[in-house]
Amino acid sequence: MQRKLLFPRALSGLLLVLLASCTKNLNREPANTNTGNIQYSTVAGYKQVLAKVYGSYALISSQGTGASDINVTGISDVGETDFVRLLFNMEELTTDNAICAWDDPYLQPLHNLDLASNNVYIAAMYDRSFFQITVANDFIRNSTDAMIASRGFNAQQADTIRQFRAEARFLRAYQYYVLMDLFGNPAFVTENDPVGAYIPKQISSANLFSYIESELKSVDSSIVAPHQNEYGRADQAAEWALLARMYLNADVYLGTGNDHYTDAITYSSKVINAGYSLMPTFKNLFMSDNNLNNPEVILPIPYDATAAQNYGGTTFLICSAHGTDPTDDSTFGIPGGGWLGNRSTSPLPAVFADPADGRALFGPGASTISSVLDFTEGVEVYKFSNKTSTGVTPYSPNGVLCSTDYPLFRLAEQYLIYIEAVARGGSGGDAGTALNYFNLLRQRAYGNTNGNVGSYSLTDILNERDKELYWECFRRTDLIRYGMFTGSTYIWPWKGGAQGGTGVDAHLNLLPLPATELNANPSLVQNPGY
Amino acid sequence: MIAASLLCLLYLPGWTQAPALSVKGIVLTDKGVPVEGASVSISGSGRGAITDGKGIFNLRAPGDATLVITYVGYDTAHVRAQASVQVTLHPASTSLNDVIVIGYGTAKRKDLTGALAVVTEKDFQGGEITTPEQLIAGKVAGVSITSNGGSPGSGSVIRIRGVVSLSASNDPLIVVDGLPFSGDGIPGASNALSLVNPNDIVSFTVLKDAAATAIYGSRASNGVILITSKKGQAGPTRFSFSSQVSAGHLIKEENVMSAAQFREFVDSNSIGTYNGQPFSALLGNANTDWQRQIFQTAVSSDNNLNATGTIGSLPYRASFGYLNQEGIVKTDNLQRYSGSLSLSPHFFKDALKVELNLHGAVLQSQFANSGAAIGSALYFDPTQPVHAESGYGNFFEWQTGSGGNLTLNKLAPRNPVALLDLYNNHATVQRSFGNLTFDYSLPWVSGLHANLNLGYDVAHGNGIVQVPAFAAQNFLDSGQNNIYKGSMQDVVSEFYLSYIKTFPAIRSDINAVAGYGYYNNFTNNWNYPSIRANGDTIPGSLPLYATSPAENTLISWYGRLIYTFNGKYILSGSIRSDGSSRFSPANRWGTFPSVALTWKMQQEKFLQSVSWLSNLNLRLSYGITGNQDGIADYSYMPVYGLSANGSQYQFGDGNYNMATAAAYDANIKWEQTATWNGGLDYGFLNNRIYGGIDLYYKKTSNLLNTVPVPAGSNFSNTLLVNVGNMTNQGVEFAIGASPVRTRYWKWNVAFNIAYNANKITKLTSVNDTAYQGALQGNNVQINSVGYPADAFYVYHQEYDKANGKPIEGVYQDLNGDGIINSEDLYRYKTPFPPYILGFSTDVSCHRWTVSTVLRANIGNYMYNGLSAAATESNVFNPLGYLANTLKDVLATHFVYSNPQSDMYVQNASFLKMDNLGLSYNAGHVFRNDVNLRVNANCQNVFTITRYPGQDPELYGGVDNSFYPRPRTYTLGFNLQF
Repeated sequence: MQRKLLFPRALSGLLLVLLASCTKNLNREPANTNTGNIQYSTVAGYKQVLAKVYGSYALISSQGTGASDINVTGISDVGETDFVRLLFNMEELTTDNAICAWDDPYLQPLHNLDLASNNVYIAAMYDRSFFQITVANDFIRNSTDAMIASRGFNAQQADTIRQFRAEARFLRAYQYYVLMDLFGNPAFVTENDPVGAYIPKQISSANLFSYIESELKSVDSSIVAPHQNEYGRADQAAEWALLARMYLNADVYLGTGNDHYTDAITYSSKVINAGYSLMPTFKNLFMSDNNLNNPEVILPIPYDATAAQNYGGTTFLICSAHGTDPTDDSTFGIPGGGWLGNRSTSPLPAVFADPADGRALFGPGASTISSVLDFTEGVEVYKFSNKTSTGVTPYSPNGVLCSTDYPLFRLAEQYLIYIEAVARGGSGGDAGTALNYFNLLRQRAYGNTNGNVGSYSLTDILNERDKELYWECFRRTDLIRYGMFTGSTYIWPWKGGAQGGTGVDAHLNLLPLPATELNANPSLVQNPGY
Repeated sequence: MIAASLLCLLYLPGWTQAPALSVKGIVLTDKGVPVEGASVSISGSGRGAITDGKGIFNLRAPGDATLVITYVGYDTAHVRAQASVQVTLHPASTSLNDVIVIGYGTAKRKDLTGALAVVTEKDFQGGEITTPEQLIAGKVAGVSITSNGGSPGSGSVIRIRGVVSLSASNDPLIVVDGLPFSGDGIPGASNALSLVNPNDIVSFTVLKDAAATAIYGSRASNGVILITSKKGQAGPTRFSFSSQVSAGHLIKEENVMSAAQFREFVDSNSIGTYNGQPFSALLGNANTDWQRQIFQTAVSSDNNLNATGTIGSLPYRASFGYLNQEGIVKTDNLQRYSGSLSLSPHFFKDALKVELNLHGAVLQSQFANSGAAIGSALYFDPTQPVHAESGYGNFFEWQTGSGGNLTLNKLAPRNPVALLDLYNNHATVQRSFGNLTFDYSLPWVSGLHANLNLGYDVAHGNGIVQVPAFAAQNFLDSGQNNIYKGSMQDVVSEFYLSYIKTFPAIRSDINAVAGYGYYNNFTNNWNYPSIRANGDTIPGSLPLYATSPAENTLISWYGRLIYTFNGKYILSGSIRSDGSSRFSPANRWGTFPSVALTWKMQQEKFLQSVSWLSNLNLRLSYGITGNQDGIADYSYMPVYGLSANGSQYQFGDGNYNMATAAAYDANIKWEQTATWNGGLDYGFLNNRIYGGIDLYYKKTSNLLNTVPVPAGSNFSNTLLVNVGNMTNQGVEFAIGASPVRTRYWKWNVAFNIAYNANKITKLTSVNDTAYQGALQGNNVQINSVGYPADAFYVYHQEYDKANGKPIEGVYQDLNGDGIINSEDLYRYKTPFPPYILGFSTDVSCHRWTVSTVLRANIGNYMYNGLSAAATESNVFNPLGYLANTLKDVLATHFVYSNPQSDMYVQNASFLKMDNLGLSYNAGHVFRNDVNLRVNANCQNVFTITRYPGQDPELYGGVDNSFYPRPRTYTLGFNLQF
């Protein structure tokens, strides 16, 4: 009998062990990740999150080139969800500056200005901007003075975190600027709103303008002085440069008669007087050693073929602009590249009336485009290159990924803001200084004073911006400010979908809010005309 | 502690014997046919005998002994040992006393309260079957088993009564001998089930309604498949050896242009130019059938040896199998070494039954680069040669440039033969699983048993992909040498009490179970950098973490009561409470109840007089089950993860890994399905005709859907949340009959048909009429409210009224607003068949048996992606190459692809003969010691369909390139000795 009872006793002992050890096992913690409290427990941890705040516009994901932070149904190539690539598609591809040979669904309608709320690129742009805003909001939420105090940092550490916070607020303001410029009246969400089941409210263009203005002015006291920050991080000059950019366009965002040209002069002057100078050779601004000895760039988006891989950014700008001719590809540092995509329509090369202008960086191509999908029709744009200024091709794991940094803010634009704001009647500047800036740009372009002018019209300023800033994502904004984007005052090849170009309706000055966002957020009202 | 328990179990109580007597007996079927090869054993001893060709056996046994007679396909019989005995065996298929595994116990078939189906070995599909689920394809009403393709060891998609989930898993829970499989994939194995040798399986039980499945709680919504492996049979050791060899070949090539047609097409239709030259300049002089170049006749062999019997008093079964299977794509090969051991000792006069099941397998795979090669074989220019002098291993490849300055045209298709020959991906996977179960009849309460089930499942896989630097397929990366490795470790422990007791006084039977279960699932993946052919690490590819482990745990309490009154009325109820580590503490526990009623109508007096009625059971059930498979392990938690080394942001001179917040839904939980089921089981004419009919309605709620979330509200623009509802309703009908059962002739037929209708009823938290639905990544399917899952979402093609040809890019303006835009897309058909049919029959005459299995799907549609790509612009590529395509382009002359046209959504209904087999039972050979059976088999015999592509049966309903299922001829034999 004794033996028989042993078994149940052993069994119940075993059971007790099992039961006692188990229920707590339902609290499984993931490996290789941190909870917020651990991530934000050190300054280094804060800086890793700050890297993501910046990385949201420099990279498509944290998992390399095969994944994206955002999911847009209909975009299968995640490289297309990159910030600069999308901004190019919105700002350049919609204009005379660019046309693309790829037949991807929804891509051709961008140049044709057949803009609809189901366009996947428009949705991706909106989502990419909001992704960076969301990541910034999270950072700002976790770096309030109360949060810093509760985590027991010393005064010096607290100051560092407050500098980080100012940069996160700057980046958020920048993305709201992009959204205001493209969409007018987007959703609005800040660090004071919760993560999760929350429906953000819509904000008007005018209110968003005020918010961006107040945010930028508010961070002025805590963001680092010009030239004092690490490479790749924003400082006061970037903040001023963004204000100046926004003020130049104020009456687009606020309605005619609400211009801020005087403010544009004030803030562009602050940048201009902060110790920047023009890069002596124009084309070196767009080469892969542009992170070194660059006196002109105020804030870059850095790329690196090994550490910061991305098939958007400058890799896209360079590879999409070339064909598959091996000699041509290796000349521009992309021996594995050449995607046969973007080139220019005829007005862009034509604006360079004088062949001596060194900014005219073009390749071959027929100037008449009868077949949009034929890359050889249209003029190739060789502005960006993966070669260094000394002719070296930097290391690239596949000969495609590029290491050229993208100039998000640079001095030349600030000159042009000053010039235009003065010409449009802002006060606080003077025409002589403006003329001097104008000729500084032309002297660099020509390498001598042969191109200098004694006067210029508003149209000349637009053309000068075109020559200086083409393919740097300004063209659509500039044409809207000049009233030339929609309507038929200015037409270019394939505008409106017709080979010779045709006028389009004024509602296209704003992009439609994406259909996916309208579905998800019932508080939004679609822009007029869509 | 287990070891200690085992040790004390080994002290066996002695047993006394009555005087021995000599027993002579005969074993007959219920039709009086002698059964040869039946096993006769003396209960409680290890001894026994086997019947001879006349069904006769002789042995010596104690006078009070019980003889146990077993024979595959028949009920086990028990008789008391006497000098002369006659035993009649009844076929198991129609036996209502059949004991059926139902999950945490067994039940007699006649007492079932749930909708379930059993398929035993004698009804398995024959031929070359590498992976177990294929054994029951077409055998069970409402169960669709669609193989993923013809690759060796490739898995199948199993669906029971349609799909209940859009985002989580739709795979049923698979339980082997009481051990639930986690469903995790293993690196190096295309299918985890391919490590289970089908030859070690004796039966499948498919649980379909909630009455049957709810005891499995949060993992039961997709149905449950219980697999029982072969166990030791008492008696002297018997061996069985089977060997088969098979040859498989491609049935049908995709209908692409021949070299001659292609030449003519290029010469006469060239559109545009490349680099200013006409496309005809690119034509080559060869005539290459690229599909013929990459496919082969695949020769395979499968050998299995097993031994079963009793050692001492220990019944055992041991088996060993070796499979060597080639794929019909060249270079594809799989070898499997498998072994299993089953011990089923009884102790304390059968009071304690112990069962040990161990299975192990080693899989060695050579994976062809089949996906790339099959696709490329369709598109590669047939006028180009396989080999040409080149820097790419002397394979012809498209190049670009001019004169002597040529480089690889990296955007062109790659040479299909080079894709195979220059690609070496080989992997080794080891897997072992098993369990130890104890069933102890507690001495102080009669009918009360304590059960303990301790199980494990471990696997480890590793492999490497090697491509030389000169190979065009990896030219930019200079080849590859990439390692992959992963493992999993699952642990199961369950304890339950069961109580089975008859109370004659109150005419009641009670069958009750209550228990506890603990299930832990741990997986690990090793992370490696990308390595070039020369061994250099590709910069930026160094992984941040050496491994990526993940773990989830499930803890359960469960109970079931089956109460039978008067042998006629059965009421059963079950409940399971599951706690899952996948969900936040607030949502962690879920309760899944079921209730069922069975009325055994033929027991009623008014039906007992109906002589032709042998069985009539009415079943009604309702229950709630859950689904948590396919939901990521930690998705409720807000966490930060560091970015990969190729995704850093530069601050100053340094690069920083970015700490990234993952999008999360704190409220995520299991999906839940409520199932109503009504069924009728019938048997006529002494069960010569038998079957059942079931009606069901399933409503899934908390359906996970990836929905766009308001921008700015989470760390992604889309989020997986529990928002939707979906319904499935259907009818299943099964009938089986044995029309002929004579001494020499036997004929069995079985037929089943199932109808299922699926409908999504909710997808967003607020009912939003503007929400079109969740468009699938392929842009031609959508999940939307009011329509079935994965409905095709297309434009209505316009046709030329004169000649009936489709007009390129012209669609009907369905909403009549004068504009053709996305508002004119409509939902047209689905890939899921409303009707699934299965038919099996076998005819035996004396020693010969012919059998066949046919399956049909009716009403399923396929998106013909290959046809949609058959355009002139795909042939004439301005990047400087030519590509072949389907001959469809000769009819349509479409210039550009119109992928959203409904002309590509095509009826893919089919009738297939899966299997045609012939076997011959030679009976005793070699001095009557050896029993020989020989069989021949053909699989994938024919397909009748209107679908023009290679195969109308592709799960998901999108036909791009696909690993074709071969037609396979198998010859085999089986020796028993």
